[in-house]
Amino acid sequence: MCADMRGLVEAFTDALALLIAGDAALWEVVWLTLRVTGAALFIATLVGIPVGVTLGLSRRVPLRGLLIPLIYTGMGLPPVVVGLFVYLFLSREGPLGGLGWLFSPTGMIVAQTILALPLVVGLTMAAVESTDPALPLQLEALGATRRQVAATTLLEVRGGVSAAIVAAFGAIISEVGAVMLVGGNIAGETRVLTTAIVLETRKGNFALALALGVVLLLLAFAANFTFYRLEGRGRSA
Amino acid sequence: MKRLMVTLLLTALAMAGCASSSDTLRLATTTSTYDSGLLDAILPVFEAKFGVNVEVVAVGTGQALSLGEAGDADVVLVHARAREDAFVAAGYAPARFDVMYNDFVIVGPEDDPVGIGDAADAVEAFRRIAAAQARFASRGDESGTNFKELSIWEAAGITPEGDWYDSIGQGMGSTLEFSQETGSYTLTDRGTFIAQQANLEGMAVLFGGDTIDANPDLRLLNPYGVMPVNGDNDDLAMDFVEWLTSVETQQAIADFRSPSGEPLFFPDSVEWRSGGG
Repeated sequence: MCADMRGLVEAFTDALALLIAGDAALWEVVWLTLRVTGAALFIATLVGIPVGVTLGLSRRVPLRGLLIPLIYTGMGLPPVVVGLFVYLFLSREGPLGGLGWLFSPTGMIVAQTILALPLVVGLTMAAVESTDPALPLQLEALGATRRQVAATTLLEVRGGVSAAIVAAFGAIISEVGAVMLVGGNIAGETRVLTTAIVLETRKGNFALALALGVVLLLLAFAANFTFYRLEGRGRSA
Repeated sequence: MKRLMVTLLLTALAMAGCASSSDTLRLATTTSTYDSGLLDAILPVFEAKFGVNVEVVAVGTGQALSLGEAGDADVVLVHARAREDAFVAAGYAPARFDVMYNDFVIVGPEDDPVGIGDAADAVEAFRRIAAAQARFASRGDESGTNFKELSIWEAAGITPEGDWYDSIGQGMGSTLEFSQETGSYTLTDRGTFIAQQANLEGMAVLFGGDTIDANPDLRLLNPYGVMPVNGDNDDLAMDFVEWLTSVETQQAIADFRSPSGEPLFFPDSVEWRSGGG
């Protein structure tokens, strides 16, 4: 028979104790995680929703047949590959080396924005495409401008759009490949929850690794719960 | 029927996850022994002689010891003497055995802006780096190299912290790349640096000499120890330890060379010292 369950139970109890004690280093990591992922999500949302709505509404965008498969591919980009590309661009020998963004939170935001953007665009576009194709025509017949058509459609598909944002949030807050390569996991500067989990597991500090994992899951749950409530309230109104 | 399926599934999982058959030996070791190619060079001999398969888990010293404590490894081969002795004292292994050594060196930008090249010892070199607040990259991962680095800071009476000191929590290879990119100094085992030197343009060994014999600081010697873990597989684990420390295998360690032809490890078992060596 193999080793019993004691190790796992012990790790869970220790993890809870650590969370309740909540030391400063832990909160620093949580705060940086939220800042980096929040900023990347904000940029991806700001750019991605208008692009997604435009693509979803218009069948006449040039190269649409090429653009859409590209976006769908982008929705499954491996974080470690994005990390590698961003690393090479920001490296001292890379084309953007002069910015000094490698091993900084800014570089991490760049990488996570690249990961989040196709998700926001693709899912927004899919939501818009799922609406009644007659709706924009009817609105235009009623004298609505293109901008008003887009705004009304966006309101109509707000459930799909919040799903897009939640999916992007979940994807980037939980990725480790890009932030590890681009951020460098520097204590107190670029260490986020996922890279801290990898490090503590390597060190054999399973309780701390598990505690960090619980924090990550709680953050993901809180974000999903919030979006779910917002969406639900919107519908019942 | 459904219950039977579930039972079968659980049994299969239990057998796959927990089987501790005596034809497999799991070795937890540090990245330096694996990445250098040493294990690939010597392990086939053991596998053929005993008709077993050796699974190598190459991780930091901290995790290698944790794997042993949890019974997830049968043998541990690491380099952090104090931690190894604690492992034996806690009853996870019957004893620790000398295997071999190599050495640590301080590397950094080849123009050596702080001028550590003529320091008397590693402690003095670290003092100069700290005094100049020159950037220094620390493994920060509780590996054997990380413990060595921290012990040198301690000997220098310095608590390393501040903007110049980056604790990056990554392996030796990543830490060397980080150092090259940021122009930092760092402590590395000589073998990993030699293995990666082709990709580390602009970096050089600044303290520690050109070869292990030329290393001016005995503190930088890096001894490796092997421990058979008390568990289900301790007969085979002990066979492995006896094989690894035998004069024959020690000779194979002495003969092992890096791709550029340099010796990376030096045999040091009791058998070697009293017999063939």
